[in-house]
Amino acid sequence: MLTYFVKRLGLAAVIVSVAMFLLFCMIYLIPGDPASVALGPRATEEMRAALREKMGLNQPVILQFWNFYVGAWTGDLGEEVLSGRPVMTVVLEQLPFTLALIAGGITWSVALGIPLGCWAAVSRGSTADRIVGILSVAVIAVPSFVIAIYALLIFAVQLRWLPAIGAGEPGNLGDQLTHLILPSLAVGLGWVGYIARMVRASMLEVLEASHIRTARAFGLPDRMITYRYALSIAILPTVTLLGVGIGQMLSSAVFAEIVFARPGVGKLVYDAILTRNFPVVTGTVLVTTVLFVLLNLVADLIIGALDPRVRSSF
Amino acid sequence: MSEVVSNPPGRVAEIWRPIRKILREPLGALGLFLVLLVIFGAVFADFLTSYDPTRINPRARFQGPGAEHLLGTDQLGRDLFARVLHGGRIALYVALVSTAVSLAIGIVLGLIAGYGPRWLDNLMILLFDAMKSFPTVMLALALVTLMGPSLTAVMVVVILVTVPGYARIIRTQTIALKSSEYVTAAQSMGASSARILRVHILPNVIGPLVILASMDIPVVIGIEAGMSFLGLGVRPPTPSWGSILNDGFTGIRDSAWIAIAGGVPIIITTLGFTFLGETLRDVFDPRLKGR
Repeated sequence: MLTYFVKRLGLAAVIVSVAMFLLFCMIYLIPGDPASVALGPRATEEMRAALREKMGLNQPVILQFWNFYVGAWTGDLGEEVLSGRPVMTVVLEQLPFTLALIAGGITWSVALGIPLGCWAAVSRGSTADRIVGILSVAVIAVPSFVIAIYALLIFAVQLRWLPAIGAGEPGNLGDQLTHLILPSLAVGLGWVGYIARMVRASMLEVLEASHIRTARAFGLPDRMITYRYALSIAILPTVTLLGVGIGQMLSSAVFAEIVFARPGVGKLVYDAILTRNFPVVTGTVLVTTVLFVLLNLVADLIIGALDPRVRSSF
Repeated sequence: MSEVVSNPPGRVAEIWRPIRKILREPLGALGLFLVLLVIFGAVFADFLTSYDPTRINPRARFQGPGAEHLLGTDQLGRDLFARVLHGGRIALYVALVSTAVSLAIGIVLGLIAGYGPRWLDNLMILLFDAMKSFPTVMLALALVTLMGPSLTAVMVVVILVTVPGYARIIRTQTIALKSSEYVTAAQSMGASSARILRVHILPNVIGPLVILASMDIPVVIGIEAGMSFLGLGVRPPTPSWGSILNDGFTGIRDSAWIAIAGGVPIIITTLGFTFLGETLRDVFDPRLKGR
């Protein structure tokens, strides 16, 4: 297990390093100079030169990359253009809001996806199975920001059931949770489909297994067989899927934060783009990428811990 | 096969058979209908409405749907039906061009990784994995900031996001075919690598990829609409479903019809392409099921 852990951790570090290199290449190769982007079209040539000097853009490329790389690993992502606050602090301030939103999205997708998947598998071939199948495909297909806007329109503007904007009063947990319901639905709804399909497929496989047949032969109730014996095995692939899912929910969270005017890294990046606060943009991309790789790693390690076959094949 | 090609009626049957197979599935028929509807609207936009999608008419601002303006007008008095039809052109243009380009790039990179030396393969896999480790929207936002908002920037984002997936599929299949008997036979007869890849490997790996690419079209349309929604895609006054949705979002309390006009076409198109793609996959390549 330890060897597996170390190997996976090493691979994750390599992938993050390469991702940093790619990000740096994109910044460097794409026409457009970060200093001009930050200052806007009305800046004078002297102002640009001064900022370029401050951002270290006059140094040789290799040195620039090295500074960027070492800085990123030590948590130094540069400073905000206007206020001069460290980017890392700014991003970490906003991250909990986004993580709460993603946790809400996972809650929705698991709470709806697993029962739907089980139900479809148990009633295989029936109309219910078909309807769940079509619904799964449909919620995967529709972009999350469209779902976010329509959820806002229906439940907040027309029906007035739930609040439309903000993250709720600080310190008031109930209020914060109420504010979380709609945005997290928009983030998680697509994943209801993925999880339902995944659970259905692996459930069908497990239901054929011999220990399930044995349980049937012993006359255990169907409900117990499905939810206790079959589901505990059929759930495994879902864990890996969620690892990938969290990364994609991060993308949906950006839109949900903008639509519902919630604080979070998505809102942070969007505002940073509008104010041309370039270091914040790259900083947030890096932090979220590392987060994504780490979550995938955690999902792999959980699978490795649960299923010895995975460990040995690595 | 040769009789089929030399015989015109047989050829027609060859084209019709897959379409009939799709139509036999209710979901496939619905998907095909929705896709054709969207294509029809985009192609014949100029004939279906006499309004100019970018013409501002201050006297007709914020009109609800009615006989004069089928879907109503927006905050500048522009006809929403015309904007939706012309927005379809942008969505389909981005989807087709960027999917075609990333298929071409993905195929070339995948063949190189699969057929080339081991170190190159490892290096390319590492690059693909790193590329996929960026959250899509974050990468898109960073790129658009640097390049400036434009349709080209959106297409670059789409290509960067989709190429690694295509390349990986081609690579896996190329590796599987590389050691097959007929490839070894071609090698022993002195065929060049380029010829083996073009004549013996490419035709065998391309089929599943085209189906998978057709299933990515909704994702691409979502990226374009999403970027335009954030004001980082097409420049105003060019109509895009995303920018219409943004106009509707701004006035969501008083003029909900704008948000409905912008969002429903996105839903119709993504559902249509997804239903069609799923059916295509089930009919032509059941092995891909569950991907």
